[in-house]
Amino acid sequence: MTGLFTTFAHALIALGTVVIGLFGSIGRLTRFAGTALSRLVRPPYYPAQLFEQMLVIGYFSLPVVGLTALFTGSALAQQIYIGGARFNAAATVPAVTVIGIVRELGPVLGGLMVAGRVASAMAAELGTMRVTEQIDALTTLRTDPFRYLVAPRIVAAVLVMPVLVLVSNALGVMGGWLLATQRLGFNSAQYLNTTANYLKLDDVMSSMVKAAVFGFFIALMGCYHGYHSSGGAAGVGRATTNAVVSAFILILLSNLIITVIVFGS
Amino acid sequence: MTAKIALANVRKRFGAKVVLDGVDLSIAPAESMVIIGGSGTGKSVMIKSILGLIRPESGSITVDGREVTGLRGRALADHQARFGMLFQGGALFDSLPIWRNISFALSGPARERRAAAIDNLARVGLGADVADLRPSELSGGMQKRVALARAIAAKPEILFFDEPTTGLDPIMADVINDLIRTLVTDLGITALTITHDMASARKIADQVAMLYQGKIIWHGPRAEIDTAGNPYVDQFVNGRAEGPIKMQLHSL
Ligand SMILES: Nc1ncnc2c1ncn2[C@@H]1O[C@H](COP(=O)(O)OP(=O)(O)OP(=O)(O)O)[C@@H](O)[C@H]1O
Ligand SMILES: [Mg+2]
Repeated sequence: MTGLFTTFAHALIALGTVVIGLFGSIGRLTRFAGTALSRLVRPPYYPAQLFEQMLVIGYFSLPVVGLTALFTGSALAQQIYIGGARFNAAATVPAVTVIGIVRELGPVLGGLMVAGRVASAMAAELGTMRVTEQIDALTTLRTDPFRYLVAPRIVAAVLVMPVLVLVSNALGVMGGWLLATQRLGFNSAQYLNTTANYLKLDDVMSSMVKAAVFGFFIALMGCYHGYHSSGGAAGVGRATTNAVVSAFILILLSNLIITVIVFGS
Repeated sequence: MTAKIALANVRKRFGAKVVLDGVDLSIAPAESMVIIGGSGTGKSVMIKSILGLIRPESGSITVDGREVTGLRGRALADHQARFGMLFQGGALFDSLPIWRNISFALSGPARERRAAAIDNLARVGLGADVADLRPSELSGGMQKRVALARAIAAKPEILFFDEPTTGLDPIMADVINDLIRTLVTDLGITALTITHDMASARKIADQVAMLYQGKIIWHGPRAEIDTAGNPYVDQFVNGRAEGPIKMQLHSL
């Protein structure tokens, strides 16, 4: 009994160490986020940086996020059809697809894809700037690295992710519709009608809230790990990996929390 | 007269490694101070401590009589804005073209900033043709000179140069020496230069200080470096392998 307990305790400690290692010290991360948020609201602002980041995060993520949604929507419709057919409920395909996509898969898969693209790129860029002393140089050139580098990335990610996820949702539903009408014999007009009936504004809103939260975590993790990287090329590599893995974990965790809060009651 | 910059008993360690072990140094206004000392003795760490980029564990650093250790936020940013710094590795922004690098701290319309950048390029012996290139398209010595142009562009009252002539040919090194000397003598700028290049030290220094094992072991006017009577200074200035400074080497 005690043996089992100590094994369990050891496992917990090991897991805790991994998680703390990923997020850096919690205190340092909290301070970083606090500094970023407090500087973000006060000038000077850097609109050119913000615009560039919105382009990098939003526009250039469109193809990969769109394709992911399209394929996943189709696959989802196919599975619901197979599963539903067992209970004579194959007609639920449009309703369940739209709910599944808008509530969960659109934001989560979109978030994960953007995290893979963007958190890593941010960590690599800021990490390289850190180890080559470019971040130090900013401060002697009358520029606050938080306002110039971190704030535009966070604001851009929070603004752009909801739009990206909206597109992702639309393409996901379209994927389901394509497969259902082309392969499963659904009537196109009827499919779209049912979809529209089951699509609730609340679902869309929750989807966009999730997207904004994910965007915040993606940029925060990319910037945090890049900003605090050290130890040359290997250090930048580590920062990149940690940024992506910790962004993934935070996306999945915050998704669960939001889902439970919004839909659990 | 109060010192422009004064360090008293400054200590900094990284883990178990003691880098600064009680540094005392005083730089007068409009004076050119040159720091010499072996590789890895903590010269760059010392200069970054004054800039507030590294926080020493203890000791006092004052600029114009005001304590600057422990500054945060706005006060730290205002402190750092008084300096121009040439980083040892250049630290050019590799995503920006040369002219935007040089004019980074300047304000005003782009056309004026570009013109100012080209003026500053000329001061370090570079033509307007490099203005639109990226840092990675320049040679090492050219990057160093661009970094120097960037450090002086905003006309700061204090300039720090971390090895300004390393990687330059002897003629270009002398152009840079003249530039630093002009900045101090004609514009009244206070300068702190780190160098291993004794020819450069002799040309730009008013005062010379030597850092060894975390302490300033000797300082004095430039004219006295050959007659310092300090065996460490003597060995360094004359570049001899034999002497009290032992290199950690394995014999072949
Ligand atoms: N961020 C850091 N973390 C850990 N150790 C450091 C750090 N920065 C410097 N050091 C250590 O402090 C010591 C002094 O470094 P510093 O860069 O000041 O040397 P230096 O005198 O400028 O040498 P050089 O002439 O070669 O540039 C070195 O041993 C270095 O390993
Ligand atoms: Mg150095």
